[in-house]
Amino acid sequence: MIISELKPFEELQQALADFDKLFIVGCAACATACKSGGEDEVFKFQEWLNEQGKDATGSVIIDEACHIARAARDLRHHKTALQDADALVVLACGSGIQSISSNVDKRVVGGLNSMFLGNVRRFGQYEEMCSLCGDCILNETAGICPVTTCAKGLLNGPCGGMEDGHCEIDAEIECAWSLIYERLKSQQRQGVFARRVPPKNWSRRIQPGRYRLKDGER
Amino acid sequence: MSLLSEQLGNSQFVVTAEIAPPKGTDLSEALAAVEKLTGITAVNVTDNQGANMRLSSLALAARLQQQGTETVLQLTCRDRNRMALQSDLLGAASFGIENLLLLSGDHSKFGDHPDSRPVFDLDSVQLLDMTAGLMAGTDMAGKFLDGVPEFFPGAAVNPAAEPFELMFQKVAKKVDSGARFFQTQSVFDRETLERFMLAMQPLQVPVIAGVLLIRSARMARFLNDNIPGVQVPETLVQRLDSAEKPLTEGVKIAREAVAWARELCQGVHLMTLGHEDEIPEILA
Ligand code: SF4
Ligand code: SF4
Repeated sequence: MIISELKPFEELQQALADFDKLFIVGCAACATACKSGGEDEVFKFQEWLNEQGKDATGSVIIDEACHIARAARDLRHHKTALQDADALVVLACGSGIQSISSNVDKRVVGGLNSMFLGNVRRFGQYEEMCSLCGDCILNETAGICPVTTCAKGLLNGPCGGMEDGHCEIDAEIECAWSLIYERLKSQQRQGVFARRVPPKNWSRRIQPGRYRLKDGER
Repeated sequence: MSLLSEQLGNSQFVVTAEIAPPKGTDLSEALAAVEKLTGITAVNVTDNQGANMRLSSLALAARLQQQGTETVLQLTCRDRNRMALQSDLLGAASFGIENLLLLSGDHSKFGDHPDSRPVFDLDSVQLLDMTAGLMAGTDMAGKFLDGVPEFFPGAAVNPAAEPFELMFQKVAKKVDSGARFFQTQSVFDRETLERFMLAMQPLQVPVIAGVLLIRSARMARFLNDNIPGVQVPETLVQRLDSAEKPLTEGVKIAREAVAWARELCQGVHLMTLGHEDEIPEILA
């Protein structure tokens, strides 16, 4: 899921300085799961707004804020509250914020910083394991992604900074290449070590990404 | 053909040193330091070393090369994508620079621009492959070059890295990708160097052992805490700590490492960090 966190309060105070009445939007998917934009957080945000001397005209938790059409549909049910508001505050990832901003004419204030596509290690602890490179190498690397979990995204083995199997940028973290090596060894195969991996084809990841299912697939 | 490749080819014991470009445009100190170097085959010019922004290694290397000093141009993947790396290599060749040390580069987190976006479009193996391609007359897109560069590409290795086998498979890849010599991270004990040289034997690629002049126990501790891949053993830290003149002890420690290199390797790479005047003592 997309891991996001609430922006610092000072930044939010500045972003909201010109508005007194706000409509709050949360998201029932990722932002709920990582406790940045679910029901609890929307409620707390409303309390915080009140402390700041501002009013909430209403709120909605959208099923998946990144779904542009669904966001539009859910917002339509809150016409009056939206009309009353000076602006909307969105507690969702950057995608979610943009679904909302593309659906309304009012000013939209993003309340969260979006960080990464994260796995849940345990509740409240998230780790980035895939950075969506468009050309997945996991089948050769025993299911451990060097593009993401190596701090330098190296494809041909560890850098000179590896110390006792740990990463040069953080001695607490194991070097991705050391993990790949250990797991391939336990699987008794060479995997990625059998060849020199050529430079990555970053044209697979041209920004902004666009993808369409073909007619038969829809 | 570069002097370095010639001497290594003739199994002569080579000595390289290194110099860092200034932070700013005043080259006088760097040029004066190079002036003082004696008995050296080539001088490495570091590339934003430790991820600290400095004048371009290519500019200083070009200057040195033009005044008749043979250089080893260091080039990292941290700050340039594949296009910039290729351009810089062609540029280097146009100044007569042949010796290269091709590196991944320390992460930008360690330097003075921790907010910058690290590039790492290529890794060091791919950089070596690309260099071999340029030498064969084509760029990474397969386009033919008008004027083909002549290089003597080298790579880096940390002989003390663990797991050893994992580190070494990359060394083998680097050799496959055209590394013609290795310069090592500083070595601090003989066994580590011996083990590494034994593994290197079948590959038949010359190794220039890194020797670092450690001025004090404080510096040793700083290196241990801050420089990736450098671990000064506690016994050496103790020696520096209890020495009356730590610098003299540091020179002595370096001299011991040079002795191992003379026995086991094809050269030494001296990292003296401003104490270039100690080089004759270290080599004595
Ligand atoms: S290689 Fe890594 S970043 Fe690329 S798709 Fe696979 S897991 Fe994701
Ligand atoms: S130590 Fe390992 S994980 Fe860390 S940057 Fe180097 S190769 Fe990547």
